Amino acid sequence: MNKSIVVIGAGVAGIEVASILADMGYNVFIIEKNKNIGGNVAFWHHLFPNNRSAAEVREYMNQKIKVPNITLFPNTEVTDISQKKNVYVVRTNKDATFEVGAVLIATGFTPFDARRKEEYGYGIYDNVITSVDLEKKLERGENITTTQGMAPKRIAFVHCVGSRDAKVGHTYCSKVCCITGVKQAIEMSKMFPDAEMYCFYMDLRMHGLEYERFYKDAQENYNTQFIRGRVSEVSENKDKSIQLKAEDTLSGLPLKMKVDLLVLLVGMEQGKDSDKLCDILHLHKTPENFIQPQDPHLQGNVSSRQGVFIAGTCIQPMTINETMQNARSAALEINHYLLHL
Amino acid sequence: MQNEGLKNIWAKYQKEIADDHYYYLRSCIRQNFFPGAEYYFLKILREVLGKDVYDDPRHTTCTGIGYHSDIVPFETIQTVVAREFALMTAAGYRNVAVSCVTSFGIYSEILETWREFPKELQKARENLWKATKREFEIPENIAHASDIIYKFRHQIAEKAKYKLVNTNTGKPLQIVEHIGCHYAKMFPVKGIGGAEFPQVLSGMIAAWGGDVVDYPERRHCCGFGFRQYLVQQNRGYSLSNSKKKLESMQPYEPDAIICNCPGCTMFLDRWQYTLYEMEGKRYGQNNESIPVLAYEELAALVLGFEPWNVGLQMHEINTESLLDKMGIAYNPDEKYLDKNKQPIGSFNKTGCLSCC
Repeated sequence: MNKSIVVIGAGVAGIEVASILADMGYNVFIIEKNKNIGGNVAFWHHLFPNNRSAAEVREYMNQKIKVPNITLFPNTEVTDISQKKNVYVVRTNKDATFEVGAVLIATGFTPFDARRKEEYGYGIYDNVITSVDLEKKLERGENITTTQGMAPKRIAFVHCVGSRDAKVGHTYCSKVCCITGVKQAIEMSKMFPDAEMYCFYMDLRMHGLEYERFYKDAQENYNTQFIRGRVSEVSENKDKSIQLKAEDTLSGLPLKMKVDLLVLLVGMEQGKDSDKLCDILHLHKTPENFIQPQDPHLQGNVSSRQGVFIAGTCIQPMTINETMQNARSAALEINHYLLHL
Repeated sequence: MQNEGLKNIWAKYQKEIADDHYYYLRSCIRQNFFPGAEYYFLKILREVLGKDVYDDPRHTTCTGIGYHSDIVPFETIQTVVAREFALMTAAGYRNVAVSCVTSFGIYSEILETWREFPKELQKARENLWKATKREFEIPENIAHASDIIYKFRHQIAEKAKYKLVNTNTGKPLQIVEHIGCHYAKMFPVKGIGGAEFPQVLSGMIAAWGGDVVDYPERRHCCGFGFRQYLVQQNRGYSLSNSKKKLESMQPYEPDAIICNCPGCTMFLDRWQYTLYEMEGKRYGQNNESIPVLAYEELAALVLGFEPWNVGLQMHEINTESLLDKMGIAYNPDEKYLDKNKQPIGSFNKTGCLSCC
């Protein structure tokens, strides 16, 4: 039996699978295109629902790969994968070749490019940022100000940017944005206690156990008002503040509001990495462009190709908790496959 | 505003515009309200740029205003449009230049309908044949007239006698652009620059030396909106839309408003007068009104054509403040004289709205 595995992607899913398989005695080669591990968590500040520091999760991941039978190849990309019976030959742009018994794809997600929602003016108006930008600023310890250097007095959050939106080809829910909006509104309210927070949503999907409590807390204690209505148009005022137009569907009235900062809660989508691997391996994809599991109930980590497994948000949007559990299931699936080859 | 972001969006919304040999489809209303616009479009294309344009007297209204007012059924307007294309086909042309934004929207909508639902195209062919015994080809290229001026904006700039620069201060003139809802809001890919940050007029303004004013209600309707105006009882609604735009642009102290659409040009011009009559309020610099021009009129001014020949005396809001800033010479005594120097009559109210 070939006891080696290539894991593509050193995010939450990839690292968790690698560490479990390493514990089981397999040799794991992790190929990561970036310099650092962590995937999207690498630049995240705090995590919902308990506001723990994302650095703690990163530290957990760093510790997990410090074992002899895990080898990390940072700044490396897969260029080709071929199959010889039950052995996969994986080649990289660094001229490395790995002959392994199984391949795991854990390429994660790409945050939705908010420039595609042109009506929100991201990339054009100075004071329109995304939830990812906000996390990065917080993580770098930057002061949150308008681009004119003023503390914001009114901040609006737009939910479902690039999610549940047929216009951009994403009909699915990205699952994490609603609660991220609540979390970020609370963080901003803590930072600017006198400021007003507004969240514009179409409906709030508070699926986690603690999420409803978090949502209520934002309304009761953190000056956050939730307005049921999608923002239709964003413009810039002369003073660089932002004018937004929306419909408050509960009061049945159109609404025009001036805010100092607009945060777009961007969803998840599949990027070039996943597309490239699907092309190389001829994997099936879902209509939403995620990698299709063999069976959504019984073989959720098995791709349409024998010996190629999938884990994490390359399958569908997931929270970090769900990604961890999904990764553990993938590790067991790979172990089972290799034992029965 | 981040220019790099704008460039990224503009790069997404460029389209092919025919280089020559246009079959011109006029607007119903422009020849009455701003007759110099279409006249100078033809003159600039033919005499300045050396292009071939066929101005066919047989073509009719597209019936777009009737269509958007629920008077003309969709089947009828498809047949009317089919007839326009039949005339184009018979004349040996394949490229259409559309003067009116409403018509441009109509042609775009019908061509998309025919593409999506070929049976509708077949019905239009049958209806046209029954009514007129004509047949037609679908145009190879369809462009709004502003697309064509945009395409040749740099050639116009090379031949320009005047720039959109305040000759007193040396600074770029601050120009509001308004593309009209039916130019790109229905089909963003059919408008240069798309619907949210259109480039068609702003590209001309930049090429000719001016600055574009990005004000909060830039995308808002001018107030025409068909039934908003056509139903007399709704006209207050029409007016309130124009007022919203004018109030929003006022802090930027624009030197002029440039419009793409016949209706928008008229409403942003005429409603300024109405608002002044109703409220005693003006929205331009120094408590004056803001001159409103069609892009062809602006192109003609830039190229050095005489303002009264361009038809600027037909505007409710005087344009002299803009001419003065651009350094364009004009004889105020000849404003309301025809080519034989005979009086053509004048507005009673125009003079009260601005400095002259």
